[in-house]
Amino acid sequence: MDVVTSQTVSVEVNGTTYEREVEARRLLIHFLRDDLDLTGSHVGCDTGNCGACSVILDGTLVKSCMLLAVQADGSSIETVEGLSQEDELTTLQQAFSDHHALQCGYCTPGMLMSATALLREQPTPSDDQIAKAIQGNICRCTGYWNIFKAVKAASGQEVGE
Amino acid sequence: MLLSEVGYARPATLEQALGVLADYPGARALAGGQTLVNVMKARAAAPDVLVDLAAISDLKGIELGSDGTLELGAMVTYTELIASAEARARPILGEVCAQIADVQVRNRGTIGGNVCVSDPTNHLPPLFVALGADFTVVGPGGERTVPAQDFFLGVYMTAAGPGELLTKITVPPGRSDGFASVPIGVDGTCIVNAAASVNGGVRVALGCVGATPVVVEPASPDAEAVHGAVRDSGIDPPSDVHASSEYRRRLAEVVAARAVEQAGKGS
Repeated sequence: MDVVTSQTVSVEVNGTTYEREVEARRLLIHFLRDDLDLTGSHVGCDTGNCGACSVILDGTLVKSCMLLAVQADGSSIETVEGLSQEDELTTLQQAFSDHHALQCGYCTPGMLMSATALLREQPTPSDDQIAKAIQGNICRCTGYWNIFKAVKAASGQEVGE
Repeated sequence: MLLSEVGYARPATLEQALGVLADYPGARALAGGQTLVNVMKARAAAPDVLVDLAAISDLKGIELGSDGTLELGAMVTYTELIASAEARARPILGEVCAQIADVQVRNRGTIGGNVCVSDPTNHLPPLFVALGADFTVVGPGGERTVPAQDFFLGVYMTAAGPGELLTKITVPPGRSDGFASVPIGVDGTCIVNAAASVNGGVRVALGCVGATPVVVEPASPDAEAVHGAVRDSGIDPPSDVHASSEYRRRLAEVVAARAVEQAGKGS
């Protein structure tokens, strides 16, 4: 059984296949940002707490700072860059804008991926499901309420004031 | 670049994984990585080689026997356990896994990783001890079964020694279980937790009060009996920024009584 300190990693990100030689110690978030120049996913805390680096890996929401790039070899990844097509915001992204769900915007890529994963699984989530879905994402600007409203509105549900 | 240089192998079989662990004494098994990757960033651990267990199909899957016994692969994630129809035979398993951290961590974190890290604040060590689960460990010397209570040896230390791997956790049949905790924020790290199983006798396992889960067996499920049994157990919990030793000791009584009360309702 071969043990390697670097290997060729092949991943599909937002529909494009990339192949790069990567050190085993490289985290997926750094691979995405620094090797593939996909800087939409953010590094917030580097400790697995803030969720700004959240991406969808083979259909599953993960924090890309707690995964080595080599672990993702052969997988299909969705990042915030892949959400909208041809400069048109998704319903969710438009709802974030409409409901002022971001101020500095640093947490937004992760929030959008968490909310995207939720809405795929639960097209009309309950209030509790929305709260649970963004539990792993920290926002220091909004107090979460506007993010909550945006996710609820994006699911087509009535949003109170 | 945050991690030290490290070797990596993704074996497809248990035999290959055990082979790499035998060849590299500084190797560590990598399960979901939701703890290990972070302690590597902090340089609190610096393994020479990571043996990624993700491709080993023998470590996955949840099987429900005809008598209600559950066999859980060590690489089952919290999310898989929560969603499993089979695991509903013991509903407390999914209930407790749903209280661990957040969606992203539950999607990657595994039950085997949770117990093998033997962090005294983790949820699953006291739970499996209360349920009377058995842990199957394989190594160069073959396969053996270790009762959950004997698996946890100390902080970050388990009966799965160098060169060995936990392969599955076997949970006996039963339904009357409970779990209660006082965490740091919703679904956060526990300050004190307790799991209870009332299938026949009353069995409580306390977490966060010592290096390993502490078993207490009250004579009856009455709250008074549970409080008394925890008081008499002689626990001497650690003090830290979140709680003093004395406060933890009192919390232990309260969460133990809550866990037993839930267990009495049949989960």
